[in-house]
Amino acid sequence: MKYAYYPGCSLHSTSREYDMSAKEVSTRLGIELIEAPDWVCCGATPAHVTMHVLSQALPVKSLINAKQTGADTMAVCCAACFSRLKIANYHVLNDPGKKAKINRAVGAEYNGEVAVKHLLEILAKDFGLENLKGKMTAKLDGLKVACYYGCLLVRPRKIMQFDDEENPTIMDAVVETTGAKTVDWPGKVECCGASFSITKTGVVLRLCRDILQLASDAGAECIAVACPLCQSNLDLRQPEVNKKYDKKFDMPVLYFTQILGLAMGIDWKKLGLDKHIVSPLKFLKGKNIIK
Amino acid sequence: MKYLLNVKNLNSEFVREIQAESKTRILHCYQCGKCSAGCPIANEMEYKPNQIIRMIQLGMEESVLKANTMWLCASCITCTVRCPREIDIAEIMDVLRRYAFKRGIFPAAVADIPVFNRIFLRNIKLFGRLYELGLIGFFNLLTGNPFKDVLLGPKMFFKGKINLIPERIKNASEIKDIFKRSAEIEHSD
Repeated sequence: MKYAYYPGCSLHSTSREYDMSAKEVSTRLGIELIEAPDWVCCGATPAHVTMHVLSQALPVKSLINAKQTGADTMAVCCAACFSRLKIANYHVLNDPGKKAKINRAVGAEYNGEVAVKHLLEILAKDFGLENLKGKMTAKLDGLKVACYYGCLLVRPRKIMQFDDEENPTIMDAVVETTGAKTVDWPGKVECCGASFSITKTGVVLRLCRDILQLASDAGAECIAVACPLCQSNLDLRQPEVNKKYDKKFDMPVLYFTQILGLAMGIDWKKLGLDKHIVSPLKFLKGKNIIK
Repeated sequence: MKYLLNVKNLNSEFVREIQAESKTRILHCYQCGKCSAGCPIANEMEYKPNQIIRMIQLGMEESVLKANTMWLCASCITCTVRCPREIDIAEIMDVLRRYAFKRGIFPAAVADIPVFNRIFLRNIKLFGRLYELGLIGFFNLLTGNPFKDVLLGPKMFFKGKINLIPERIKNASEIKDIFKRSAEIEHSD
């Protein structure tokens, strides 16, 4: 199984552990991820709220570069990049007028020939849940996980074609192959405030407090995420949430790839589990998941 | 000034322009309020999303553009997916921001958000990828909070999560050209 790989800017800096664990897990499963040469930032929210053509042209540039890998599908880990790439492909495939403008801006001919998939879809659908289960050598029985999807993986379904918009279950299914138990909770698709982390930190703290509280009330011991922005807000800002709202959250926020890696017996250092602000190490040792 | 919903003001140039640009049927809104009920930031907004839609219907251009609503939209798209009338409210918020950007209208109370967006995009134009340290540093300087989040920096650095030097792509000049051509296409529209 061979895919072009789009890490995105966060996976090369603030969420390096997502990149590390995604690659470790994929290698173990025989999934080849070939980095798209000279990939470009997707433009994220600042592009789509400022200039429409630019917000489509930047992702298309990376999709064109991905063709050089020889793979017909690009694997993406970041939910925000995933959203921008899927939306660009959608416009190219469904709106000839927009497609012409995008191609003129990029200075190349692109017809939507590179499919975009999130790593969760690749694991659950292409690799298969049963096959995945067979690779779990160090079962995480007894671990209670709240799977947090956030916004951009699932919305809007018309374009993302990912999972149910209100109650997605794909990450729960993937995480449960490890033997862990996922909790039923109402915060799955709530918003963390994402790009307002820097500009409107107060809003982000309020939203993260709610998400942490909902997960905690549902009996979760940790939160699983598939987006670097969700992870940063819930992890990096957790001490501030505690201070502002007089809370004592000590909730590890792990990438689903780190949870899979642990259940495959991959060394925790290779999964970047020492890179979190709310350290999961003591908790994982207490659960006998790591030594 | 009193506003009444009638055929005359439902046909303002403003509503026609926003409707055409967003390719969504603003006049179909029947004010159920689901968009505002699900909006995570409605609490901080001057007008809730459903009120903004009604104001667009009424052609209240100035009030819409002066409000903080569109700038506080987090683009979570909850409103759009829950709208029983299939109105793409999130896209309308994007169109409003782009409309304001073209005209240089930024309400002072939320001016830091477009400033952030501009620094972010300049970053991409220069390097092809986001240079987070530069983004946050510049933003804090320009908005007069040089020490905001300063304690998080060392924590991130020692965990290897901050690049001191920007990552550059090989053909960054191609990206500059994409910016240039995109701007030309936007302006010719």
